[in-house]
Amino acid sequence: MATKTLTSPVIRQPSRAALRAFVRRNRRALSALAVFIILLVIFTLANPRVFTNPITYRAIFLNLPITLFVVVPLVFVVASGEIDLSFPATVGISSWAFAVALQSGWNSFAAVIPALLIGVLVGLVVGTLVTYVGLSSLVATLGMNFLLRGIINIGTEGIGIQFPQIRQEPLWHMFAGRIEGFPFINNFPVHMLWGLLFVLIGWVLFNRHRFGVHVQLVGDNPDSATEMGINVKWVKIGAFVFVGVGAALAGVLSVLVNQTWWPTTGDGLLLPSLAAVFVGGTPTWGGIGTVVGSSIGVFIIQFIETGIIGAGLTGYFTQFFNGLVIIVSLIGHRFNGPRYR
Amino acid sequence: MSIPLIEFKNITKSFGSVNALTNVSFHINEHEIVGLIGDNGAGKSTLIKILAGVHAPSSGEIWLRGRRIEGGWNVAKAHAAGIETVYQDRALAVQHTIASNIFMGREITSPLGLIRVRKQYEEAERLMREIGFTSRVFTPDSVIATLSGGERQGVAIARALYFEAELIVLDEPTTALSLIETQKVYNFMLAAKEKGSSVLFISHNIYHAYDIADRFVIIDRGTVVMQADKSEIASAEQLVQHMKDFARAGHHA
Repeated sequence: MATKTLTSPVIRQPSRAALRAFVRRNRRALSALAVFIILLVIFTLANPRVFTNPITYRAIFLNLPITLFVVVPLVFVVASGEIDLSFPATVGISSWAFAVALQSGWNSFAAVIPALLIGVLVGLVVGTLVTYVGLSSLVATLGMNFLLRGIINIGTEGIGIQFPQIRQEPLWHMFAGRIEGFPFINNFPVHMLWGLLFVLIGWVLFNRHRFGVHVQLVGDNPDSATEMGINVKWVKIGAFVFVGVGAALAGVLSVLVNQTWWPTTGDGLLLPSLAAVFVGGTPTWGGIGTVVGSSIGVFIIQFIETGIIGAGLTGYFTQFFNGLVIIVSLIGHRFNGPRYR
Repeated sequence: MSIPLIEFKNITKSFGSVNALTNVSFHINEHEIVGLIGDNGAGKSTLIKILAGVHAPSSGEIWLRGRRIEGGWNVAKAHAAGIETVYQDRALAVQHTIASNIFMGREITSPLGLIRVRKQYEEAERLMREIGFTSRVFTPDSVIATLSGGERQGVAIARALYFEAELIVLDEPTTALSLIETQKVYNFMLAAKEKGSSVLFISHNIYHAYDIADRFVIIDRGTVVMQADKSEIASAEQLVQHMKDFARAGHHA
């Protein structure tokens, strides 16, 4: 008894300090999580029938991973002190390559390769324009978004490609299939798991790999990074290439999920994805960011639409609540530490 | 005479049509503290950035221990040669921790490029203890933005120290520091010399430079106008007088 009272504070104290340090390091992601939980509680109270029904979650998880694939790399670009508005068209043009290859009778796995190559190429071009040519990333990527979508429109004259048989492809089963007998949610969309794996890889790359750490240091202070021997230009180009890869994966997934490639594929991703990045706690000024927080941001944004309808309001309310959540979240993040830059 | 640690021979650096440095030749010996003196715009910062490898010279030669550097000059080569630079702006990422700033650009990684976070933390902690960096409650995980100017300078110096520099270059190391903090920086330079390193430092304050340096290099408008041992100069006042003479000569030229 005596030993217990002696040792317990000694054991407890470091763990409490460790917990405090964990909260301090992850406060942005944790407050995004808090916002998500509060939203979920409100939605469930407003309509318990919808939000206790697994079908609701399955419906949301069908499309949510597509956004995860672009949001995770966007965190890198934003943390590097740049912005990318060209990813919707990159999703479109890389998935076009996938669709055309598939239509020409390529093996479905092989058809992913041209999509990835185009994603990498777009990233290299955008990154070079921003670093070596010295254009503003805001304007250069805006232009690139129009340019690539324009190429799609000229090339297809607005005609999409349908793949009614795509569910027979092994690629579909592997990346966009359903898991029968999954706990709580039967026929669970398998791409949700791929999306979460991508978030995990993104987290490791951002926080534990030389590349991600250099991305953050470059965004914090490019002059210091240069003085310490970091190649600022190549680090930024690397971040844009990562967005290209993520966009290509999102595009391929979109074709698999929708069984169709449209000339507008990716277009709707622009604002929700950017909103998710910032709602999730990655600040606009560069130098820091949170892969996990911004991924939670994707959940927040994706749940709002379903929540609004579920709560008995019409779709007309969606944008209003999106805006409200974005602004309230940013005010919340304002208290997650001062802005140093 | 022994072989210099580092020697610049006829280094010229131009940015477009502007010549920042013209035919600069000077050297730094082992175990000496050299004061680099010059007015604003004289080319001190350019000289330091070439030493650090941030800029490559437009022409001229860099010699290390009697061997000429071949095939380009960059930060990685300067680091490999044991040249560590403490910049005026301290080259710190303020939103990041002490540990990640110490290892900025030279992270301790596994073969796959994964950072050994614990190892970096332990090394930073050991280093901070070694240099007596324990005045307040901060750890290697403390964020730079929460530190004072003197503490930030401490981190910048700790970084130079960790990589066991042969030559430590300090650009205006005492700007914006309190008297006590300034004294600490000077003590650090003397200790580094004691341990066998050489030091090159820039100072606006000629009186301070006179007290601490073994030798002086004066540059004016991109050229070295004078190199002198302390024994050749009677006092700080004489050093100031030299500088004024050069400035006047330059204006009339």
